Amino acid sequence: MSTETVATRPTLDTARLKAWLPKYGVYAAIVLLVVYNIFFTPYFATWSNLRIQLIQVAPIVIVALGMALVIGTEGIDLSVGSVMALAAAFIPLYLGYGVVAAIIVALLAGVAVGFINGVLVAKVGLQPIVATLALFVGGRGLAVVISEGKLVDIRNSDFLYLGSGDLLGIPVLVWIAAALVLVVGFVVRRTVFGRRLLAIGGNRPAAELAGLPVKRVLIMVYVVCAVLASIAGLLSVARIQSSDASSVGLLIELSAITAVVVGGTPLTGGKVRVLGTVAGAMLMQLVIATMIKHNLQPSTTEMVQAVIILIAVYVARERKTR
Amino acid sequence: MALLEVADVSKIFPGVRALDSVSFTLQPGEVHALVGENGAGKSTLIKVLTGVYQPDGGELRYQDQPAQFGTPMDAQRAGISTIYQEVNLVPLMTVAQNLFLGREPRNSFGMIDRGRMDREAREVLAGYGVTTDVRRQLGTLALGAQQMVALARAVMIDAKVVIMDEPTSSLEPREVQTLFGVIRDLHAKGIGIIYVSHRLDELYEICDAVTILRDGKLVHTGKLAELERIKLVSLMLGRDMAEVRREGATAFSGEGTGDESAAPVLRVRELNSRHKLHDVTFDVRPGEVVGLGGLLGAGRSETIKAIGGAYHLDSGEIEVDGKELKKPTPVRAVKAGIAVQPEDRKAEGIVPGLSVRENIALAVLPRVSRGGFVSDSKIDEIVDRYMKRLRIKASSPDQAVGDLSGGNQQKVLLARLLATDPKVLLLDEPTRGIDVGAKAEVQSLIDELAGEGLGVVLVSSDAEELVEGSDRVVVLRDGVVVGTLTGTEVTTEDLMSTIATEAHREH
Amino acid sequence: MTMTNISGPETPAIVAEDVRKAERTDRIVGTVQRQGALAVLIVVLVIALASFPNFRSFDNAATILVAAAPPMLIALGMTFVIITGGIDLSVGSLYVLGGVLAAWASQYGILAAFLLPLAVCGAIGLANGLLIAYTRMAPFIVTLAALLGARGLMRAISSEGSNTYLVQSDALRKLGNGSFLDIGYQVWLVAALVVIGMVVLARTRFGSSIYAVGGSEDAASLMGVPVRRTKVWVYVLSGLLAGLAGAINAAKLGSGVTVLGTGMELDAIAAVVIGGTLLTGGAGTIAGTIAGVLLLGVIQNLINQVGNLNSNWQQVISGTFLALVVVAQTYLVRLRRVT
Repeated sequence: MSTETVATRPTLDTARLKAWLPKYGVYAAIVLLVVYNIFFTPYFATWSNLRIQLIQVAPIVIVALGMALVIGTEGIDLSVGSVMALAAAFIPLYLGYGVVAAIIVALLAGVAVGFINGVLVAKVGLQPIVATLALFVGGRGLAVVISEGKLVDIRNSDFLYLGSGDLLGIPVLVWIAAALVLVVGFVVRRTVFGRRLLAIGGNRPAAELAGLPVKRVLIMVYVVCAVLASIAGLLSVARIQSSDASSVGLLIELSAITAVVVGGTPLTGGKVRVLGTVAGAMLMQLVIATMIKHNLQPSTTEMVQAVIILIAVYVARERKTR
Repeated sequence: MALLEVADVSKIFPGVRALDSVSFTLQPGEVHALVGENGAGKSTLIKVLTGVYQPDGGELRYQDQPAQFGTPMDAQRAGISTIYQEVNLVPLMTVAQNLFLGREPRNSFGMIDRGRMDREAREVLAGYGVTTDVRRQLGTLALGAQQMVALARAVMIDAKVVIMDEPTSSLEPREVQTLFGVIRDLHAKGIGIIYVSHRLDELYEICDAVTILRDGKLVHTGKLAELERIKLVSLMLGRDMAEVRREGATAFSGEGTGDESAAPVLRVRELNSRHKLHDVTFDVRPGEVVGLGGLLGAGRSETIKAIGGAYHLDSGEIEVDGKELKKPTPVRAVKAGIAVQPEDRKAEGIVPGLSVRENIALAVLPRVSRGGFVSDSKIDEIVDRYMKRLRIKASSPDQAVGDLSGGNQQKVLLARLLATDPKVLLLDEPTRGIDVGAKAEVQSLIDELAGEGLGVVLVSSDAEELVEGSDRVVVLRDGVVVGTLTGTEVTTEDLMSTIATEAHREH
Repeated sequence: MTMTNISGPETPAIVAEDVRKAERTDRIVGTVQRQGALAVLIVVLVIALASFPNFRSFDNAATILVAAAPPMLIALGMTFVIITGGIDLSVGSLYVLGGVLAAWASQYGILAAFLLPLAVCGAIGLANGLLIAYTRMAPFIVTLAALLGARGLMRAISSEGSNTYLVQSDALRKLGNGSFLDIGYQVWLVAALVVIGMVVLARTRFGSSIYAVGGSEDAASLMGVPVRRTKVWVYVLSGLLAGLAGAINAAKLGSGVTVLGTGMELDAIAAVVIGGTLLTGGAGTIAGTIAGVLLLGVIQNLINQVGNLNSNWQQVISGTFLALVVVAQTYLVRLRRVT
């Protein structure tokens, strides 16, 4: 019996749309929203507005990058918000030893959390959602305990520069986020790690049979995701100029997953759309900004976000062939 | 009066005619063997009978009435039950709950009467030789006992037809005898049984009639006792005994390339894995193609996977080029120079979403990179070499492998294996599901690679391919090496008679 | 190897010595899995009784129970959902929404104060269930969206969370603060619902369906279990119970507080999992969930008693427990399967 697979040609327009929408829908939506805003929203197309939007979206983009990598392996990481909180809690404690020391400690916290997540997923074999749930619950608690539940003002100007300084007229925060986008994009496309990650997400049994170090790569992915989250955490502290472990990064896992999914990365793994993820984060930011500018309440924004998530997942959902 | 009748049923999938006007009749009280190699259409036929698929043509009659089953539930309600290879029960629920799910006895308040349920479950199962605590989780029972529970459930819901798909594949010999006892009971009760298995001894022991499918077509149906074993095997494998063998039906040169005096490149000693492999032992010399013969479920794929570190072994020794492969894992096996082409290309071979280039380079990434960064020029070199050598047809190396034809997917997979510079190549059904042209290309490639000094192990259900492609054939049955064909013995006739010989009952 | 031959013509019994041993291992492992939370709870209680004089009073016990009432309801619904192999992240939001709706509707009487939150939260649960059962979208993402949506809805009806409705119905306030036999009414109500829940899960066909769906969806549908309907119902139940928990809490507080509830879903999941329910579905008991909820409640109570201890230790302990239990379960399940 010949089981020749004929490449399915989308003859119907709906079929073509279905293939097109998850890939480019996000860019189209951004263009539409921008055009709408230029005409109907006062003071939208201004440098200061763009600046504010970029500063606000930067931490989400950074966290979403890590989330995209994890989702690329068919995983999920719910603990990113807690990692941000942990990073935020460590900053004031170690700032006395210098900015570099504080940053290193914050990043190490990320490494530790990511390592635990990765081991639970790769070695113990837990579902990613379950494995990361424990640190989602416990991580923030630990952060608040470490910071003794206090909101600490940060006055170290070198550190604050990261969050509120400018370089060539563009906020440092935005530079860092842009640099990380490039790095992650490069990692996905050009490194052994990136290629293995995609292969594992695309077909794990095949990756195992091909002799790839599957477990090591998976652990590494969760570590990278957590480190990116801790970078976002310390940058958030630098921007707000204070550390409050109970509020930093609250619900960011939701925004990050939304950005990744809206950006066209399937939850089923095997693909990572770095630029799409950035666009996804931008789109959500733009939606919120537009609604606020038109005096819609945050409550409405939340409900609209919920609907966008559902639509994005529904559109991108892989058809079960059974 | 026929119990279940299928007349001229066809089922078409995109690009494949899975069933081509197949007819089949099951009498009450008959144990009917349904046999055929992979892809013959057995499972499609079963799925049509049980309402999983709707036929694209032909008629289904049940108890002399035209029947149409929209869902498996419809079929089950009508009295057609299936016991699948992977037991289709809920492992975490108790034995009694599984037996009664959906039909639990209830007390006058509408609550499930647990006491009665457990008691009845115990009584029913005792008749099947299962005397375990019925409040245990089903998943903690031995597979044989689980299968009995499934069977008991099917019979309890007034099944008139019971379909058993490879029921003995994971049973101990004494469990098989218990099962046969139950089947004889059912037979006496007038229940019709469709029995799918590749163990010839079992078929001849328990079945009355046989239907043989090949490539979606009916090739034979009739009384089993009237059919010789060798005839049965030849019908399954597609070689008519009378048919004169045409030389060169495959692209294999037929010339042996193995150097008899050379030290083996692969030594396999006494591989054992519970239920599946028993003391499997053979050698492969450089330049030699060793075929693994046998029917489906004989342990061919398991042997190959075990050598590749992807199948659990209880004991055994594997040596590559004189070096022992200790605690085989895929990573260690690849390092030792073993390359495995798995049987299921889509599930375990290619990564469909990635490009041709990335699929080919997947296993050799460390070699084509420096400091973790991939060098495109080095990859292009490899990809270019193998795309040319294997004549992979893709619009560009960047095309997703999932969009290629089956033959080209297979070549991409082979390219990935060859890129690792293996010493031994293990090929499991390398030409299945690919078009004629690609088939010939893959076959001559195998010859060519052996000519270059690789040791090749070839598994194929196509008897012709196996015989013409191999210098020697090791024949497996039920996980045991039952014979080795060498020199002039490497013919389809010898292969079939070795497969068909009666197993002397062990244990 | 001895064989016990019970009955049947030519049917040697399959049970043998090694199987008996496996049976024993299985029983022990199963007991640990089911009763682990209860054992830990007893140990914690004994330690607490011995070392905290303030813990040893009837009033304190009643306080623990009253505080545990809303989480118990949410965890009850969550138990149903998790046994089917799903998860419901929206319950925290629904809990708050239910409270706000109950407080607002209490101006129309106590009946309205219960019906409105039940109707709205039940409807959101229904939406969750329909999306999960019929579009095959992942439960966590659907209910994550519902978490956002329900929060938005709550804030929309409470002027962005700034408006706290006071409970207008005396009957409702009385229900929240009165007691029978010195134990708050809500504890009795929750106890009654828990008992009903136990009966439903253990003694009805719907209960069997829930286990079957979570244990093996394919097998369940082949065995005639209405898989989709079962899934829809558990999310409806979860929504209803979360709404009810909110209403009860509003009754106790006398207002629909808008700032509570973040993380409620996680406490519920933690309690359910600590109680021995498998997050992968197919196994679990409400008795275990009760032990899990009480365990977390007692720990919270103790943390409050040790005045200088940060209350966030609660989360750390929950998280640690959660990780330990899930890892232990994975190994226990493997141990049972190997036999």
